[in-house]
Amino acid sequence: MGALQSSPGRPEYSDLAEKTGFSFEQIGVLHKRFKQLSHNEETLRRDNFNEINDLALNPIRTQIIEAFFDRRNFHQNGEGKVQEIGFEEFVVVMSHFRPPSAHMTEEQRGKTRREKLRFLFNMHDTDNDGIITLEEYRHVVEELLSRSGTLEKETAKCIADAAMLEVASISVGHMEPDEFYEGITFEHFLKLLERFEIESKMTIRFLNMDTTTLCK
Amino acid sequence: MPSRTVSHGASGRLRGLFLVMVLVFLEGSVFTVAVASSDQHSPITAHSGSHKATDHGSHNNTGKAFPVLDLNYENVRVPFEISLWVLLASLMKLGFHLVPHLSNIVPESCLLIVVGLLVGGIIRGTGETVPPVLDSKLFFYILLPPIILDAGYFLPIRPFMENLGTILIFAVVGTLWNAFFVGGLLYGVCQIGTESSSILSRIGLLQCLLFGSIISAVDPVAVLAVFEEIHINELLHILVFGESLLNDAVTVVLYHLFEEFSGIGSVTLLKGFLGVISFFVVALGGVLVGVLYGILAAFTSRFTSHTRVIEPLFVFLYSYMAYLSAEIFHLSGIMALIACGAVMRPYVEANISHKSHTTIKYFLKMWSSVSETLIFIFLGVATVAGPHDWNWTFVTVTVILCLVARVIGVVGLTFIINKFRIVKLTTKDQFIIAYGGLRGAIAFSLGFLLNKEHFPEREIFLTAIITVIFFTVFVQGMTIKPLVELLAVKKKQEAKRSINEEIHTQFLDHLLTGIEDICGHYGHHHWKDKLNRFNKKYVKKCLIAGERSKEPQLIAFYHKMEMKQAIQLVESGGGIKMPSAVPSTVSMQNIQPRPSTKPAPERAIPQLSKNKEEEIRKILRTNLQRTRQRLRSYNRHTLVADPYEDGLSDLFLKKQKMFQIEKKLKEMNTYLTVPAPPPDSPTMCRARLASDPQAYSIKPASNKVPMIQVDLASPQSPDSVNLLDEFGQANQQEEEEQGLMMKPPSRPREAKKPSEEDEAKDQQRLMRCLSDPGPSADEDEDGAFLP
Repeated sequence: MGALQSSPGRPEYSDLAEKTGFSFEQIGVLHKRFKQLSHNEETLRRDNFNEINDLALNPIRTQIIEAFFDRRNFHQNGEGKVQEIGFEEFVVVMSHFRPPSAHMTEEQRGKTRREKLRFLFNMHDTDNDGIITLEEYRHVVEELLSRSGTLEKETAKCIADAAMLEVASISVGHMEPDEFYEGITFEHFLKLLERFEIESKMTIRFLNMDTTTLCK
Repeated sequence: MPSRTVSHGASGRLRGLFLVMVLVFLEGSVFTVAVASSDQHSPITAHSGSHKATDHGSHNNTGKAFPVLDLNYENVRVPFEISLWVLLASLMKLGFHLVPHLSNIVPESCLLIVVGLLVGGIIRGTGETVPPVLDSKLFFYILLPPIILDAGYFLPIRPFMENLGTILIFAVVGTLWNAFFVGGLLYGVCQIGTESSSILSRIGLLQCLLFGSIISAVDPVAVLAVFEEIHINELLHILVFGESLLNDAVTVVLYHLFEEFSGIGSVTLLKGFLGVISFFVVALGGVLVGVLYGILAAFTSRFTSHTRVIEPLFVFLYSYMAYLSAEIFHLSGIMALIACGAVMRPYVEANISHKSHTTIKYFLKMWSSVSETLIFIFLGVATVAGPHDWNWTFVTVTVILCLVARVIGVVGLTFIINKFRIVKLTTKDQFIIAYGGLRGAIAFSLGFLLNKEHFPEREIFLTAIITVIFFTVFVQGMTIKPLVELLAVKKKQEAKRSINEEIHTQFLDHLLTGIEDICGHYGHHHWKDKLNRFNKKYVKKCLIAGERSKEPQLIAFYHKMEMKQAIQLVESGGGIKMPSAVPSTVSMQNIQPRPSTKPAPERAIPQLSKNKEEEIRKILRTNLQRTRQRLRSYNRHTLVADPYEDGLSDLFLKKQKMFQIEKKLKEMNTYLTVPAPPPDSPTMCRARLASDPQAYSIKPASNKVPMIQVDLASPQSPDSVNLLDEFGQANQQEEEEQGLMMKPPSRPREAKKPSEEDEAKDQQRLMRCLSDPGPSADEDEDGAFLP
């Protein structure tokens, strides 16, 4: 448990721990990782993320990295993007992936679900207008298929169209022929994925062990 | 289950008639079997009265030179009996579902055991000896493999892998705990609780432990039979079922270990240690054998594109060989079978034709269903056959100990497991897992295999085993359904998988892998991702033929979905509107972005025509959308007179027609639209029905496929295609006259070509689908035994 000895600013940690729900050890591990990524500087920039080798093979790499620099994910009701983030923002973004605690009421579970779905929604809604339009959704599907070798733009378009149609059918149901479905709002998004059990699926096990020395 | 759509008055009578016929047949067949398997070779004429088989009435040919009609039953005896048993089993299955309400209250397995008891009773009642039908060889080599293969082939991989740790702990640690607890305590009871002269006190510790290991394994056949009817949620199902499959390795090891030890009579520490090692060998060896055969099967299926008819045979043969090969080395045959099925499935399915896939699915279901029925009937018959040695103490203690051991085991293990799980197991879950630990025919067969010399108390064991089986299947099997209702356990969600969920599943996978990388934490998402990449890069290239090896999963899912929709559409009689999961009136039109928001396409054409074109488009679109419902009555004479020159009215008309066609095509192509793959891709090859001798020829513009009709105004409808030609020609003329650019005329040609091609290919695909009834609605490949 090497993280415990040198934990500068313990009061800072307790602040963060309260805000995000992580334990002290977990925050310590994250801090170590933060320092490793940022080469011991105070802030992280996009280039630091680009240096992670394993991330290079990920098809949605850009979107993941952008999510870290998106003010909407900092829980401070901000909007727009920033160029660099500090440790606090790093931990706040990571806290979206915490497993739900053992004893949660239905209300807390619903709240966690909303938070996580909000994170996903923000990832899709790149222009910050609160709606996922057809274009943005098409972009999502294209990115997903981007590393599978053959980029079939037409197929990606069709898949996105079909998906959009489904959302519209589920959320709005009845539409006149000349009405236009603007895009997926957050409420529709919630409804779409309500069966998905996202609060248990979208989690990472934050072990208390310090594994940063094992991998880059 | 198919319901009879007969009118009410007749259906009651028909059912009654059918049941009577079944009973008569049952009687007749039982007599035949009983007599035929008797060892006496009494003259057949003596029994001619009660035989169906001897309904010839020609036994008066005494002393004649040439028997016109002769009877020779011995030749066909064995196949005849077998067929009779199978027929009996199937008729029983039919019969149960005809009796109203019966199948809701009593699970099928119970009914079948009762039938077996009846049959055994009848046979015994006629004074014949009951045939020893549940022979261990028959059971392990013929009856069990289809059920396990069915389970393994359709195993839902994702939930299984996600819960693998939990399943393994229950299977291994749980079974070990059960075996030692039951065996040990039983020995204690036998020694202490009874007088020293009674037979019980002579049962040694090793024998008790062996008995414990036989009785402690949860049985996959019984679990499947009961759980299939209660439809609980996926997690619980996969936990109990996975446990029942994986504990085979433990059972095999323990059984052979204790059998070996009791034969020799002494245990050493070295032998114990070797036992532990042999467990790993048995389990991992079994899996390895299965994987090997699975890869072979996948590789073979790569080359079957010219001999589609025997594709299913390869799947069955390789799996059976895997099972037998594992049994040769005393490895776990069940695990080999599961591994083989699970490994070969994704690759084989990408290679084989649609029809072969259906064949495999239906054959597996059929065989496993018949096997299951037969197993339960034979259990009943074997119960009657005996030999039994009823010992009150032993039997009751066994039953109680089994229950207690199971409950303690589950509760204790869940306590430990929950520390490592994200989704914890609640008390309700634990109760269902404990209650669902049914024992079945595997235990009986293993007991049957015991050697009488080494185990003089074999009969006591058998009686106890049968009692436990009856108890679990009857009591627990019958009460689990009302208990599930009572406890309000989460049931299986019926809705099918949507494309959105698939997209987000993939998205989440990548997202979580990315976050793990950022965290610097090599969690199981990371390794799963690595495995997927390895699979895509090397394995798929080897094992999947042609183009399909590069198809990403999302696209494969989409293809599958659109195929299902096409089948659904055709079966529902067609129509312009696509059937969708949620009935709605939303169509493609509603989600396409408004043209006015699209920037005008940049084109190098003279200013005049560009403006005109935009205005024409605007007017057309507003008109079209309002009059969409009234298109059928459209007539060129009712067109709103436009302010432009008369020369353009033709252009007007034709453009409108063209837009209509495009719109219709767009709507129609929502789901049937993945742009036609290159002609020789496997998708199209499969569509060409290489396996079917009567190749379906494409009937051009057939009226049988309603949705492709583009219904325009009546005077012009047959000319829909010609219109486009006309348009093309007209435009060309106009070009020369007015100097319009090439862009407008090229549009109808583009619109025309894909429409025809798509039409042709859609028809082709639909014909292929029409020829095959297709998978039933509730059987999805992703969850075959979780309908």
